[in-house]
Amino acid sequence: MSERERDEHSGTETTGHEWDGIKELDTPLPRWWLWVWYGSMLASVIYWILMPAWPGLTGYTRGILGKSDRAEVVGELKGLAAQRQAGESQLRSASLQEIEADPELQAYAMQVGTSVFGDNCATCHGAGGAGGKGYPNLRDDVWLWGGKLDQIRHTIQVGVRSGHANALGEKVMPAFGRDQLLTEAQIGDLTEYVVALSGRKADAAAVGRARQTYADQCSACHGPAGTGDATQGIPNLTDAEWLFGSDRTAIHDQIFNGRNGVMPTWEARFSPETIKALAVYVHANAGGVAEPVAPPAPAPVAGDAVATGAAGR
Amino acid sequence: MTTVINTVANREPPEGPGPGPQSAAERARARAKDTGGLYKPRVPIYPKLVHGKWRRIKWALLIATLAIYYVTPWIRWERPGALPDQAVLVDFFGRRFYFFGIQLWPQEVYFITGLLVMAALALFLVTALFGRLWCGYACPQTVWTDLYIYVERMFEGDRNARMRLAAAPWSFDKLWRKGGKHAVWLGVAFATGGAWIFYFRDAPTLLAEFWTGKAPITSYISCAILTATTYVFAGHMREQVCIYMCPWPRIQGAMLDDHSLQVTYRRDRGELRGPHKKGQTWEGRGDCIDCHACVVACPMGIDIRDGPQLECINCGLCIDACDEIMDRVGRPRDLIAYDTDFAVAERAAGRKPFYQFVRARTLYYALALVLVSGLVGWGLLNREPLDLHALRDRNPMFVRLHDGSVRNGYTLKIANRTFTAQTVEIAIVGVPGARLSAPGDPPGAVVRTTVPANEVRGLRVFVTAPPGAAEASLPAVFTIRGDKASAETKTTFLTGAESAP
Repeated sequence: MSERERDEHSGTETTGHEWDGIKELDTPLPRWWLWVWYGSMLASVIYWILMPAWPGLTGYTRGILGKSDRAEVVGELKGLAAQRQAGESQLRSASLQEIEADPELQAYAMQVGTSVFGDNCATCHGAGGAGGKGYPNLRDDVWLWGGKLDQIRHTIQVGVRSGHANALGEKVMPAFGRDQLLTEAQIGDLTEYVVALSGRKADAAAVGRARQTYADQCSACHGPAGTGDATQGIPNLTDAEWLFGSDRTAIHDQIFNGRNGVMPTWEARFSPETIKALAVYVHANAGGVAEPVAPPAPAPVAGDAVATGAAGR
Repeated sequence: MTTVINTVANREPPEGPGPGPQSAAERARARAKDTGGLYKPRVPIYPKLVHGKWRRIKWALLIATLAIYYVTPWIRWERPGALPDQAVLVDFFGRRFYFFGIQLWPQEVYFITGLLVMAALALFLVTALFGRLWCGYACPQTVWTDLYIYVERMFEGDRNARMRLAAAPWSFDKLWRKGGKHAVWLGVAFATGGAWIFYFRDAPTLLAEFWTGKAPITSYISCAILTATTYVFAGHMREQVCIYMCPWPRIQGAMLDDHSLQVTYRRDRGELRGPHKKGQTWEGRGDCIDCHACVVACPMGIDIRDGPQLECINCGLCIDACDEIMDRVGRPRDLIAYDTDFAVAERAAGRKPFYQFVRARTLYYALALVLVSGLVGWGLLNREPLDLHALRDRNPMFVRLHDGSVRNGYTLKIANRTFTAQTVEIAIVGVPGARLSAPGDPPGAVVRTTVPANEVRGLRVFVTAPPGAAEASLPAVFTIRGDKASAETKTTFLTGAESAP
């Protein structure tokens, strides 16, 4: 190797390259730099010994520390299950009113409720619970089947026209038009009558003609004043809430076709604790007013015995 | 014409050993001789102990800074309730930073940013005025290296003894001196790492936990890492940390100018240098007798007489070393002194030098420093003890109730930065006839809630407006009022007016 050029000022060799009259010093690296490099090599060897590192044909080197992400996840899941166990047992022993009154337990129930609602209920009721045409809005203060905690739980448990032995929705609305129970003219007049019930402007002559039809056909369920019956899921026709739409076409369609809502029973799918959490979630999200804790001997809703052996969710 | 980019000044090594007897220094250095390979070995440095003004200041600062470092976590500061009683504490678990009467939350990290900006600007200003004072006196690398050299001197003696020991063959004497030194170094390193972790957890508790094996694993790891870095950086790397690792020596070049005070060899007075025998005349020559006292005292291993250099940390030890010699040969002190390049040049040209501390750059730095400190100080003094944020429900945006009234849901986050629980009254402005309710409560004009001390309370609030709103969207303001403080935040109320039946 020929003698390389040295810089006069510093006495250091140059790299021998030149760019526009500028040369670069070939200053040697400090020796400790080299030691850092050796050190990192050594560290990697130690790592191979301690940790899982090398793949083989059928497996991999496990490392003497026995570290395994998979085992850690299993352990963490177990811990989570134990944590849930504590929450679940509290949910089991507390009444719905007690759950809602205890901020910590309520927060736990709300968390359970959020995820269960999102996975199961949001399909029909919407992610925020605001419902849609034919699917009740769970955020407002109108409840077809009652808005008290126990009523909500019962509805979730047995469902509506779900095939469950105790299912809600014994009464159904007939398809007055499709089944030719009423004539088209009668249905048109009834539509005006229902519009008038909700306090809107309607054709007075039509309302007069429909009065008798309403009394004959509708008032048995919806009541003479049209206020419905929350214990049987009969909608109130005088308020601003419309399950199948509020305009004349929608009201006409409903009388003609008599659609009836269906909600599955969740008893087989959710544990009683989950159903309780869900009830609290729905109640609190709708701004439901708190109910007194431990009311004097709450009358059990008919057939509300929680089915034993209900599958966990 | 070729120019060579001179990145790191690599001066000619001292002349190789001649045919005569080799000194201990040369034998010690011979083991680290540049063999022309790819890597440059470290040339060992054996700084000689000096006595004088700057050395005394350095000792005092060493004691002061170390005392601050070790004692601070043990200062107690009474705080109510379960809050930590440690004056300075970075509480990662509780997500709080405590500094005596000040308490910062993670979302107020901008105060820390402001503090760092202030520190940087102060460093700029001090550097522009007085050179690298930070490097020479206050930098932990300097302080701990100084401490380590002190320990080294206790075991191995001063420069010459250390060099002899390094060159000597292994013996029992060498073994115990070296072993003792490393043992004490490790002890100091451990104490350094050990003190560090006290800043992050209640010190007395952690001390007990640490020795009973109950401390969090992070404490042991942090302690081990700091022990290792302290031992390696202060014991073995020393000046190499400043030269190769630290960015500051390179940045500081931009802060210095001809009027910055730096440790300066006064060329005008020192040259021509040369040995001087007692009784010889001082006429026609400089005051520098080329005794190398400044070189052997230098912990960075440089010759200050080569002018300002990247390696020089401005510690002033060469000033003390030179002053001792000047006293001995009967010449005035301060041949090496804190001086400016400008003054040296003026004197060399036969003019009287002057010092100019007020310059454009020092003014800018000072102005920026005052501005930023003012901002940070103002921010600290005007911190609201209560803070409010409102998150609207987005799904559904609004809910129409049975009577046609409209309800919006909000999640309010109320931060209580005081040390006492605060009962606040929540109200909304901008929604005519609005009624508020928390879930489970009947609606009213206001909602009352209690926010626990030093916590954030999340609260769902429903706002219901009577039917008949004309606007689809109303700008609104949530307000909270406590006994001593209040806060407000803007939000929107959606009435759904356009889609009303």
